[in-house]
Amino acid sequence: MKKTRFTTLLLASTLLAGTAAMANTTITIESWRNDDLTVWQQKIIPAFEKAHPDIKVVFAASAPTEYNAALNSKLDAGSAGDLITCRPFDASLALFQKGKLADLTAMPEMANFSDVAKAAWQTDDGKQTFCMPMASVIHGFIYNKDAFDKLGITPPKTMDEFYADLDKIKKDGTYIPLAMGTHDQWEAATMAYENIGPNYWNGEEGRKAIIAGTQKLTDPQWVAPFTELAKWGPYMGDGFQAQTYPDSQNLFTLGRAAIYPAGSWEISGFSAQAQFKMGAFPPPVVKAGDPCYISDQPDHAMGLNAASKNKDAAMTFLKWVGSEDFATLYGNALPGFFPLIDKPIKIDDPLANEMLGWRQTCKPTMRYTYQILSRGTPNLENALWAASANVINGTQTPEAAAAEMQKDLASWYKPQQ
Amino acid sequence: MADRKPVRWHIAVFLAPAVIVYTAVMIVPLFGTLGLSLFTTVERVPHYVGLDNFRTLLSDPHWSGRFWNALGNNFWFFVVNMAVQNPIGVGLAALLSSPRLRMAAFYRTAIFIPTILSFVIVGFVWKLILSPLWGIAPDMLAAVGLKSLFAPWLGEANYALTTIALISVWQFIGIPMMLIYAALLTIPEEVIEAAEMDGITGMSQFWKIKLPLILPSIGIISILTFVGNFNAFDLIYVTQGALAGPNYSTDLLGTFLYRTFFGFQLQLGDPNMGATIATAMFGIILVGVCLYLFGIQRRLRRYQF
Repeated sequence: MKKTRFTTLLLASTLLAGTAAMANTTITIESWRNDDLTVWQQKIIPAFEKAHPDIKVVFAASAPTEYNAALNSKLDAGSAGDLITCRPFDASLALFQKGKLADLTAMPEMANFSDVAKAAWQTDDGKQTFCMPMASVIHGFIYNKDAFDKLGITPPKTMDEFYADLDKIKKDGTYIPLAMGTHDQWEAATMAYENIGPNYWNGEEGRKAIIAGTQKLTDPQWVAPFTELAKWGPYMGDGFQAQTYPDSQNLFTLGRAAIYPAGSWEISGFSAQAQFKMGAFPPPVVKAGDPCYISDQPDHAMGLNAASKNKDAAMTFLKWVGSEDFATLYGNALPGFFPLIDKPIKIDDPLANEMLGWRQTCKPTMRYTYQILSRGTPNLENALWAASANVINGTQTPEAAAAEMQKDLASWYKPQQ
Repeated sequence: MADRKPVRWHIAVFLAPAVIVYTAVMIVPLFGTLGLSLFTTVERVPHYVGLDNFRTLLSDPHWSGRFWNALGNNFWFFVVNMAVQNPIGVGLAALLSSPRLRMAAFYRTAIFIPTILSFVIVGFVWKLILSPLWGIAPDMLAAVGLKSLFAPWLGEANYALTTIALISVWQFIGIPMMLIYAALLTIPEEVIEAAEMDGITGMSQFWKIKLPLILPSIGIISILTFVGNFNAFDLIYVTQGALAGPNYSTDLLGTFLYRTFFGFQLQLGDPNMGATIATAMFGIILVGVCLYLFGIQRRLRRYQF
């Protein structure tokens, strides 16, 4: 008895849902950005629904660490949403190759994006694009403006000035010069090595040369950033070896540290917590007048579920995602996640705007480990985490760290053999 | 006709729930894992490769380096646990069972509480206690003039694993204590009285009378510690992350398995090699348990009262 009643209920509910869908197409977005849920519900979706009253949009976010696994099983079971937020590089490429993501190469909106912006969501030969680029994060250094004013120092332009500033801060003793720890390892790789590195290996030129096999990780331009990192330890707080990522964030926002090697995603959190003025400077160059490069890392994009039942509505949404309107709206709603669109976008947040401005003066590149090079075992990204942390901790020399990484990469990557 | 035994259906019926559930959630996945380790996936098509994955794991320098490192760390983790947790557990139980101790119930509960805490809480709390920035450990050492002894223990390759092993000891000290305590309580009064009549009291009573009687319990605790330690994963994952830093110095078989099976950051998961590591762990634990069961357990003398 109970069972039949339950089945009837289920049937009734599907029927109801069915009629609702007929009046209005509902499209669902799969995402790991559950931090941004309110922004989507209050700013982004209403803006779209206003222009397209016949389409309802649901933003279904899951936890970042669960997203890949959950999405894969939903796609296999056929229960995934119509639009898929794409991770950069291999995770999404694998979905495209399995036929789960539709080919979007022909969309005219793709012309709004540069090749670097699209590279994260293209096949290796760059011929097919399967996600509409949405946002990137930019690396650099965020500093405590009040501290800089008090000590009479200015944001450094060259590495020599950078160390001169650090020395002054250290000598004064009020602030910890660099808010960074090596316990979680990834900051050492992402916010240190891959932050300052592009100035040494000339951004895209070096990154592509490693992929092509014409440069080696033991070449001087790849060892030099490690040599710099080896000098950082004394400027970091006591016991930095056990300092975690949240520790570093708190240390900086509490005003106890002067410089924070950063990613732009920190901006909204820092703005909410810090009681002092903040500024940002791009990774210092080696010699004054050298061209500068910034790590402008593609972070997320949006693709179309190849099995979607509401393709027309989903494509309408995707076209909007590729537009300038969306870029302005998104960039301002989430300062620190910068639109990838090839048009000047006005961001109101001053700190975010400052970082975005670097795109005009410096050449963008991305973290070199992300494309193609982290496909094998041992994994290059993991190796870089360990190597960068070791070098800062002083347990491995820059040369040894570089040699080990080169050996790891060459063990499976043909062009490097 | 009449003397044919009726089929005793009730046996099957009563066994069925346990057998079915256990088979579904334990035996099938176990054999699934063992099977998975015999295949390799090329272009999403599984190929049978026999024991080739094990050859890779043990002979390919990239795999075997990590594997031996994890195994060695695992042994050290086990050694610290055995050498610290169990003697202290026995000592605490002996103290608790002393009739002169007041507030025994309070101590018993207080010492046992960490055992029921989640790994996440234990890892987080200890990370805070030992934090060089906001931890109370540096301040406490400074208060007794020993600040120079403080080091960022969780961040240094030489200390991190031992530190985590000691955190694990702190968390699980309640288990050997409770088991031994229960064993001590089952020793009949007559035996103790007889010992006292013979003039064996105090410490020598513990060594000569009680300890031999609780040896089987200590054996069980040792094997539980062994199995628990070789399956350990949670505490490392919570305190050091899946990459088990610094420089893989806290990498146990469990974290190595996790990274391989599920992937990590840009590393895609490899279920086949993951299953290979899982099978190796299963083998190591099986051998360890068998050595104990056949080498030690059978020789232990048991006393019946």
